Amino acid sequence: MNIILNNQSDEIHDGITIKELLDHKKIHTKYIAVEINQKIIPKSKYNQHELKEGDKIEIITAIGGG
Amino acid sequence: MKKLIIDNKEYKSRLILGTGKYKDFEETGKAVEASGCEMVTVAIRRLNIGQDKDSPSLLDVVSPDKFTILPNTAGCYNSEDAVRTCELASELLSGKTLVKLEVLSDSKTLYPNVVETLKASEMLVKRGFKVMVYTTDDPVVAKELEKIGCECIMPLGSAIGSGLGIINEFNIREIVENAEVPIIVDAGVGTASDACIAMELGCDGVLMNTAIACAKNPILMASAMKHAIEAGSKAYEAGRIAKTLKGVASSPKDGVITDE
Repeated sequence: MNIILNNQSDEIHDGITIKELLDHKKIHTKYIAVEINQKIIPKSKYNQHELKEGDKIEIITAIGGG
Repeated sequence: MKKLIIDNKEYKSRLILGTGKYKDFEETGKAVEASGCEMVTVAIRRLNIGQDKDSPSLLDVVSPDKFTILPNTAGCYNSEDAVRTCELASELLSGKTLVKLEVLSDSKTLYPNVVETLKASEMLVKRGFKVMVYTTDDPVVAKELEKIGCECIMPLGSAIGSGLGIINEFNIREIVENAEVPIIVDAGVGTASDACIAMELGCDGVLMNTAIACAKNPILMASAMKHAIEAGSKAYEAGRIAKTLKGVASSPKDGVITDE
């Protein structure tokens, strides 16, 4: 299925969870936040929350800034 | 000097460091160390997906266990985006609620959009955030932000990254004299004397990034800023002499050998 991940179109397996997506993309979960369709998903829900066709996913982190 | 307390924590250092524009994380870490700061700002951005899983992140270098991490809303031009960014920052930082709010008007001047800043401040305070707010050097706006419940007011010295120093000392002094919350000059510092002047005006601290990160030797400049802030702080506490238009001799008038 198709999702929008950090503003880029991406193909992933149907019904995978956030945890599976993060593992697939080799993303450490320590200093990130995940938002799906403008709703923040807490870290405790990464294992259960399944992604749906067309979901807009933002994975954000902290970088250098003033 | 009265203690600097932000979000119920006392800070010995009155310097807050931005972490942008450094050559690499090693330089960031060394500058942070040389500055003696206890609080650093970070920006909230999309993760660069595909980067090496084992490459360090900024927060591995400037650890939240050791420093207060102050996420900013840089790049936001309206209150909704700023609030959304703060919510993401809070999730990222395990529920921390201290944020640096900055809502800008345009990418050319980077001047604060005061109307959106006031709106965002109200929304964030209602949601339980502790807001350190970047704003203009307008004393009326500063007081309004304080009334809304902002933790700390951060007027600009001059435009972000301009290095022009404090262009309206009278306004900064006015803001300081009327404030019941900490006043931290944010933006515009170009060199050590600018930071020193901010403290001599009675500010509670200074936040800076470019002046250190873009100096020829950032680590040396970080140390210079540390000392400038300490000097300015002590000078303010010591109380400067009044300015006069004529000379006032410091040696006794009597007993000069040429006296008849």
